[in-house]
Amino acid sequence: MDPVPSREIADMTGQAALPRKNGELVFDEAWQGRIFGMTVAMSHEACFAWREFQARLIAEIAHAEQAGESSSYYERWLQAFEHLLADKGLLDAGALADRTHDFETGRRDDVF
Amino acid sequence: MSGAHDEHGHHHREPESVLSLRVRALESLLVEKKLVSSEAVDRIVGAYEQDIGPHNGAKVVARAWVDPAYRQRLLTDGTAAIEELGFGGVDLQVVENTPGVHNLVVCTLCSCYPHALIGLPPVWYKSFEYRSRAVREPRVVLHEFGVDLPESVEIRIWDSSAELRYLVLPQRPPGTERLSEAELANLVTRDAMIGVALVPPPTAAAR
Repeated sequence: MDPVPSREIADMTGQAALPRKNGELVFDEAWQGRIFGMTVAMSHEACFAWREFQARLIAEIAHAEQAGESSSYYERWLQAFEHLLADKGLLDAGALADRTHDFETGRRDDVF
Repeated sequence: MSGAHDEHGHHHREPESVLSLRVRALESLLVEKKLVSSEAVDRIVGAYEQDIGPHNGAKVVARAWVDPAYRQRLLTDGTAAIEELGFGGVDLQVVENTPGVHNLVVCTLCSCYPHALIGLPPVWYKSFEYRSRAVREPRVVLHEFGVDLPESVEIRIWDSSAELRYLVLPQRPPGTERLSEAELANLVTRDAMIGVALVPPPTAAAR
């Protein structure tokens, strides 16, 4: 069965509000959809509560704004997600760097 | 917006962005640790992209445009007519725009809205400003949404409630005679079904 969209996620307000066009979510690039989906999936699996992630996202946006960064909404989302996973002990920064390198060099090419 | 949903980002003609590679690496690690499955991510993205948007309502509108008998049933008993297409769970009245009448939906008390058909309400729909001004000065509000109707067009306001929701059946734009039902559904926007927009002809459509 398809998951039913959660109001808590879909109705986030303020700077955390999901980018939309004509009411529909907008993913300008495919990776934005993937990171959104991974975050929602892990909250469904109770790896973290949505409000925990939302607080991280808001903090990340505030930090980026203060630093005058021009990063996009989903870049900030990615940062917030990585930090949250690292703090939960679910992601090792070194492992991510290595794996990213594997994809950059073409050593790995898993398809998602 | 075209190209935004190209399969899963690995068929880019341009070199793949650093961010895209990093997110693939992240997904690969999380899948390996069995923290997520790629199928679950697919289903979530699909559900949020489609169920939150106005797709279901757009299908209802397109059917009414191509099938006069369905249109009649829809206007007579909206609740039963949307159930025919598999969308139920809401008491619905459909109000039809014509050259002489334009319909506008509001919920003055709260934010009653036909979620099952057009997804989640936009922030402005829930705002006190829209709720009060749509009734008081609908022509001004419509103008602010970019809709300027001739003075001769009557504007009817429909106030939604928990018991009864409204959906606007917009006018079918000219130049769409040869479009299929699915193509027509693609033209129909959420705002048009609330009544704060007209359905643009295909050449002017944004997507």
